[in-house]
Amino acid sequence: MGERVQVSAASVPKFPRHVKFHFNKQRDQWVILAPERLLVPDETSVEILKMLDGQMSVDGIVKALVEKYNAPADVILKDVTAMLQNLADKGFLEA
Amino acid sequence: MTTDVKERPVKKVKVEAPLAVLAELSHRCPLQCPYCSNPVNLEKGSNELDTATWCRVIDEAVAMGVHQVHFSGGEPTVRKDLEQLTQHASDAGLYTNLITSAVLLNEARVNKLADVGMNHIQISFQDSEATNADRIGNFKGGHKKKLEVAGYVRKAGLPLTVNAVMHRQNLHHLEEVIDMAVALDAERLEVAQVQYYGWALKNRAAFMPTYEQLAWATDVVESARKRLKGTLVIDYVVPDYYARRPKVCMGGWGRRFLNINPAGLVLPCHAAESIPSLKFDSVKDHSLEWIWENSEAFNKFRGTDWMPEPCRSCDRREIDWGGCRCQAFALTGDESATDPACDLSPQHEKIFGMASKEAHEKPPEFIYRRIG
Repeated sequence: MGERVQVSAASVPKFPRHVKFHFNKQRDQWVILAPERLLVPDETSVEILKMLDGQMSVDGIVKALVEKYNAPADVILKDVTAMLQNLADKGFLEA
Repeated sequence: MTTDVKERPVKKVKVEAPLAVLAELSHRCPLQCPYCSNPVNLEKGSNELDTATWCRVIDEAVAMGVHQVHFSGGEPTVRKDLEQLTQHASDAGLYTNLITSAVLLNEARVNKLADVGMNHIQISFQDSEATNADRIGNFKGGHKKKLEVAGYVRKAGLPLTVNAVMHRQNLHHLEEVIDMAVALDAERLEVAQVQYYGWALKNRAAFMPTYEQLAWATDVVESARKRLKGTLVIDYVVPDYYARRPKVCMGGWGRRFLNINPAGLVLPCHAAESIPSLKFDSVKDHSLEWIWENSEAFNKFRGTDWMPEPCRSCDRREIDWGGCRCQAFALTGDESATDPACDLSPQHEKIFGMASKEAHEKPPEFIYRRIG
């Protein structure tokens, strides 16, 4: 029995073994697959989730997005953390 | 309800591809749970599809855009080609899930399944307490075996769902069942109240909880969800008979899922064979895609055109899609009727009353599930 995952700037989130982040060619769509569950993340989420390689930290993701979108880091950090925490609470991420 | 609705020609509705396929590899099972979701007339082993046909069907599902395959039954591990089918589905990019009683599995086979790409295993439990669990499944030593196999699943690094079917003869152990799921290090727990089709309908009086028992169970689940947030996902299915609105059965008829029975018939849900008027098509005769789009059984209750009043003008018609057709047939004799789980159904009060009465009487003996 694990503890609740707390996503922070230092976290290195990744998909647990039972969760597949998968591109469905026939549907031309990224999906998150878990037992009896299926999520279709929006474009921004997909961009973030593609960066989860088991090495990239939340901080690293924020840096990449700050550069790309020229937006304030604290706002991006808040949004990214909230999105990842939400996924972790649903059992789709570990960190 | 008028006959007008029944005689309306079946209209083809353009539909998206299904999300998931339930592959019932076999109806054979060493357990005899009296609430089994399989039809009362079970398919014999000699009628089962062969490996090559299953592989072809898996490929057809992938080509349609299906995401997940659930290997189920009966007991899917009676099939010696389960590893081969798992590998085939996994290589093709499907998320693979095994829905099993676990009593035929051992450590070597669990490891093998993990190696060939099984993504997840779901084990059914009949109770948290061995004597009662073994009595319900009518399989001595079953509970102990399930606990062992759950350990092998976790040891192999595979995620585990504990599926606990709950009813008046084990509901008092709900807190212990939740503790058991935590102790087994499960990712997910399904607290599934018995749904009354097929075998369960035969045994309804033996299983129906009282309204008070159900309300207590709901509180237990709610508080466990808060306590275990982020560590254990709990899915909770309530019995329809005490609901006010029907469940969105299968995400809507022919909208999200399809079910392939051991002989190759493609069904909109696992209980659909309980409706005698439905005509099903087989993967032996047609491609999966053809069946999904053209099969009469799928098109009959797709969309909202088939609905009688009060469903047809109800603002929830595209939320619950008319609830459950199998239940409508089982309880009213008319598969097009409003699902009696809905309190707008003229039958609702009667059925609620009957459930409540049964739940307060002494439970009858089980009629165990058997082939033939």
